[in-house]
Amino acid sequence: MEYESVRIFAATWGLVALVVMFAVAVAYALWPRNRAKFRDAARIPLKED
Amino acid sequence: MRVAANCLWLGLFGAGGLYGLLMVQRAVDLGFLLHGILFLAFCLAAVALTVRLALSPPPARALPDDRPHYNDAIVRAGVIASTFWGLIGFAAGLWIALQLAFPALNFDLPWTNFGRLRPVHTSAVIFAFGGNVLIATSFHVVQRTCRTRLAGHVAPWFVFWGYQLFIVLAASGYVLGITQSKEYAEPEWYVDLWLTLVWVAYLLVFMATLARRREPHIYVANWFFLAFIVTVAMLHLVNNAALPVSFFGSKSYIAWAGVQDALTQWWYGHNAVGFFLTAGFLGIMYYFIPKQAERPVYSYRLSIVHFWALIFLYIWAGPHHLHYTALPDWAQTLGMTFSVMLWMPSWGGMINGLMTLSGAWDKLRTDPVLRMLVVSVAFYGMSTFEGPLMSIKAVNALSHYTDWTVGHVHSGALGWVGFVSFGALYVLAPVVWRRERLYSQRLVEWHFWISSIGIVLYITAMWVSGIMQGLMWRAYDSLGFLEYSFVETVEAMHPFYVIRALGGALFVAGALIMAYNLWRTTRGDIRESEPLAGSPAMAPAAA
Repeated sequence: MEYESVRIFAATWGLVALVVMFAVAVAYALWPRNRAKFRDAARIPLKED
Repeated sequence: MRVAANCLWLGLFGAGGLYGLLMVQRAVDLGFLLHGILFLAFCLAAVALTVRLALSPPPARALPDDRPHYNDAIVRAGVIASTFWGLIGFAAGLWIALQLAFPALNFDLPWTNFGRLRPVHTSAVIFAFGGNVLIATSFHVVQRTCRTRLAGHVAPWFVFWGYQLFIVLAASGYVLGITQSKEYAEPEWYVDLWLTLVWVAYLLVFMATLARRREPHIYVANWFFLAFIVTVAMLHLVNNAALPVSFFGSKSYIAWAGVQDALTQWWYGHNAVGFFLTAGFLGIMYYFIPKQAERPVYSYRLSIVHFWALIFLYIWAGPHHLHYTALPDWAQTLGMTFSVMLWMPSWGGMINGLMTLSGAWDKLRTDPVLRMLVVSVAFYGMSTFEGPLMSIKAVNALSHYTDWTVGHVHSGALGWVGFVSFGALYVLAPVVWRRERLYSQRLVEWHFWISSIGIVLYITAMWVSGIMQGLMWRAYDSLGFLEYSFVETVEAMHPFYVIRALGGALFVAGALIMAYNLWRTTRGDIRESEPLAGSPAMAPAAA
């Protein structure tokens, strides 16, 4: 594997893959159906001593 | 299952002891011989401790009333170790700060010169103090937020004591002159291998506890802790790839060479900041601020976006340590760009921590522990503003290699990491020793103010000294000659070195007050002049 081919792969498919992964994470955070789950999750530290 | 696990641990420690014997017998240098003796002693003690644990009745996972039976003993050990190493690390820092102002304080001995004591200071505060705080808080938080007992019987103690052995091997090695000369990764190959074993056990204990959780959702603090553990493992393995000269000697050579080594080193170095000193301590923030403020985090969604944005951006920022070097220009620009983008998750996280107090701001007036935690987040915001600024090439041309960098690091280390750790220790001590409250709130006030003044003295002295130093280095006269010799810049910095040492002395004094307060708390003492909340003296004045 040449340096140049690794660099091109990273700058194209690697970039796309990372951006898509990040978009999925943000969508998961903002998805309306998860609202109740996150509201409950936020209270987890307050449940125990 | 339990018997098999205990036998496995005994076998491992026994094999370790045999290897220790071999280290002692065949050592080719003095440092390796001393470390062989230490390792042998550790393995013998580990065998004894494992036998004791194996013979004691197994702890139940749940109490009779079905509440989880938490492993608080490991957290207590972590609080003690954090306080102990904190004092050592801060005192070492004060010593070398004084050496810079008054060089005679190196006593003209090889073991106490600045070059050997500086890694003792940095490793003691980052890995010994910070690492123990992270192990203690992560073990506490993962149990509380998963509502289950920490996994493993021997394993958590192996992580704890194995980590202490790593610290002792590293620090004693530096004093003896054993170093691979990589900043923040100074320990030699065999100490690195030992840390790898301990770290894998840490990861397994943490993940096994997550796997047996009784809470459907994994609370965000655990995500930060997990990212810290996994990423530090990756950084450690790649940056420390080395070939020892002898399998029974301390010296090794790093597998990387030239600019590749420089890039690997700062990929490691900056992500040690990003994942050890930031992600791990953000895990602390996301548990202990809501806990102490008794309010849920401001926005849980923001915390998820904060987490992923931080993870995706931080890993690329390292090249900003190598501006104007042999590193290709595009890589330098990439490092700068990602550092500037890091403003967004950093400030998003800061806002999330601070706004958790909305509606409860009055607690800042009455609760010095909460104030400490909140001020730590303010320092986080300040140093994560300063960092990206300094990563911009034009600014870096002035700031690099000067004391400005040292000041920046300490506003993050003393203000953010130090204060958030102190806050967490103050919250933890009464909980894990089952005391009603801290020995004294007023001593927390003293700690807070003394240390805050110390930090301000430290960072302002370093700003002035660093910018002055940078300007003097680049000053030319009308004929194009350098205006100042190097030693003239050193002379000019002397007063600021004295002020910095004074700030450090105040920070050490604050930590001593904390150690006293925590010690009295563990004994169950309550300061007489401060009655418990709820008693008549604490009732609000009648309107």
